[in-house]
Amino acid sequence: MSAQETLITKDETPDLQRSFVEPRAVFNAVLSGAAWVAAIIASIPLISVLYGLIVRGGHRLSLEVFTELPPAGFEEGGGFGNAIVGTLVTVGIGALISIPFGILAAIFLAELEPDGKVANIARFCAKTLTGLPSILAGVFAYAVVVLATGTYSAPAAGVALALLMLPTVVLTAEESMRMVPSNMKNAAYGLGCTRSQVIWKIVLPTALPGVLTGVMLSIARAAGETAPLLFTALFSNYWFVEGGRADLMTPIASLSVLIYNFSGMPYDNQIELAWTASLVLVLLVLLFNILARVLGRKKV
Amino acid sequence: MNVFEEAADGEQIAGPPSLTDYLLDRSFRWVAMVCAWLIILVVGLLLWKIGVKAVPAIQEYGLGFLTGTTWDVNKRVFGILPEIWGTLYSSVLALAIGGFFGVSMAIFLTQDFLPPRIALVFRTIVELLAAIPSVVYGFWGIFVVVPAIRPVADWLNAEFGWVPFFGTTLSGPGMMPAALVLAIMILPTIAAISQDALRQVPYRIKEAAYGLGATRWEAILKVMLPTASTGIFGALVLGFGRAIGETMALAMLIGNSNQLSLSLFSPGNTLAALLALNFPEAGEHEVPILMYAALVLLLITLTVNMAGTAIMSLTSKQLKAGR
Repeated sequence: MSAQETLITKDETPDLQRSFVEPRAVFNAVLSGAAWVAAIIASIPLISVLYGLIVRGGHRLSLEVFTELPPAGFEEGGGFGNAIVGTLVTVGIGALISIPFGILAAIFLAELEPDGKVANIARFCAKTLTGLPSILAGVFAYAVVVLATGTYSAPAAGVALALLMLPTVVLTAEESMRMVPSNMKNAAYGLGCTRSQVIWKIVLPTALPGVLTGVMLSIARAAGETAPLLFTALFSNYWFVEGGRADLMTPIASLSVLIYNFSGMPYDNQIELAWTASLVLVLLVLLFNILARVLGRKKV
Repeated sequence: MNVFEEAADGEQIAGPPSLTDYLLDRSFRWVAMVCAWLIILVVGLLLWKIGVKAVPAIQEYGLGFLTGTTWDVNKRVFGILPEIWGTLYSSVLALAIGGFFGVSMAIFLTQDFLPPRIALVFRTIVELLAAIPSVVYGFWGIFVVVPAIRPVADWLNAEFGWVPFFGTTLSGPGMMPAALVLAIMILPTIAAISQDALRQVPYRIKEAAYGLGATRWEAILKVMLPTASTGIFGALVLGFGRAIGETMALAMLIGNSNQLSLSLFSPGNTLAALLALNFPEAGEHEVPILMYAALVLLLITLTVNMAGTAIMSLTSKQLKAGR
């Protein structure tokens, strides 16, 4: 305002110098400082979590923890080998269910009938599933699998995890298939390909990096889930494969449930192991996140 | 002789798809359609299964279940008002804290405050926050956050005990540590979606503001934020939805005590934590009651998430129309 008034009243050029002391400049500087402070405060938790994991979890990290069974409260030593195997088995079952099913659904959504009624409803359902609380996936698997088979088991946990993985797989696969240039598809149609041939030979190979990114992200998410496993996989203190035989229909251990169980224990040995298990779990999750990132870079 | 010469000699190399091609094509398309249908069916089955299993409890306890305040297995009295209160209270607190820091982070990362390399550092920090499993946050909360805030909480209680929010001491787990950890967990969601919303604002709008002599923060507060407000609001709603459904960190940190309290330091309970703690030991009679609670949680989260998704699609439509 003042600049304008001077312009009108006096016959001089207005002062165009930037002032650092006028209120709006000070206000600007204060807010910029506040933004820095907020960003640094928001970073503290991550640093604290990583510090805790590395310092308190790192010193127990040895071959022993990967090969031994969880200790009872008063025991020393021990490990969580069976929990690592259990996490891999449950996530593996979840992946086996959700990946083929999710990618096929994504093909329908992206290629076959992108604007049809079925596609729109299915897309809406997938988006709704994204926000599904993970505990409810557990409740669902409990109602569908545990009550039907009468036992806690790895497949029940796999169903719960598949339900959580599905939306990520479907939505990222659809997104990346849509990115495939239509010129490429048209060229294939021009050569006389059927729609399935175009999908198998052009769309899927081109969209593969993006599809795999979604798959890796969903695996990373599933590996860290605890709530859906609590009453589908339960927990087990023994190896999944015992004496060369594996019984699928028994409770199975997992890293995340181990951390949860040990967190409430009064024994230092178990608490220490829970820190180490957290470190291993975070590394596992990060590994899949990094894989997703690396694969995503090759996107079309 | 190459194929073109062959073709010129009158031999056909092109032809319509063979019967096998045709059948393969049809069956593949059919399978893909079935898979798309299955997504819809799964969601239907989810609602149906939880609903049906909850029916006995709905008949027995009716709407009084939602307003009752006791949960006593022996007396067979069940009410989830404290859990509903705890769910909403912890989520609102988390949203207030996580929303503030998440939106600040989004502004900080999108409004050219930082050279690209440092921006990458902060962006990675936010993404790593999202990658850490919830049980690890809960574990960290028990052993790091609770001891760290207990002196502060007890001091606030001693000095300002008459304020209802500081009415109790922090005995261990409680609302405040739970809400803090929850805030950390929803921060990445809010920051990521808000960043998208801010990036969608056309650059020339900001340039116009600068051209008129606005300072950086005047441009942010008066031009960028209002333009991106619908998207940021959607981010907050989706963050809220995530907070409501979050289970493990809360089950480990909130104290699982069936009480209604305004105090930030008293223990409480949430719907998700109630399910996590009671399901593994649920007897025949308790399962329908827990299913009823699950149904309530499902309906709350579905409503919040659908609202969030609707707001988000509104934003992208608005921006398309504005261009």
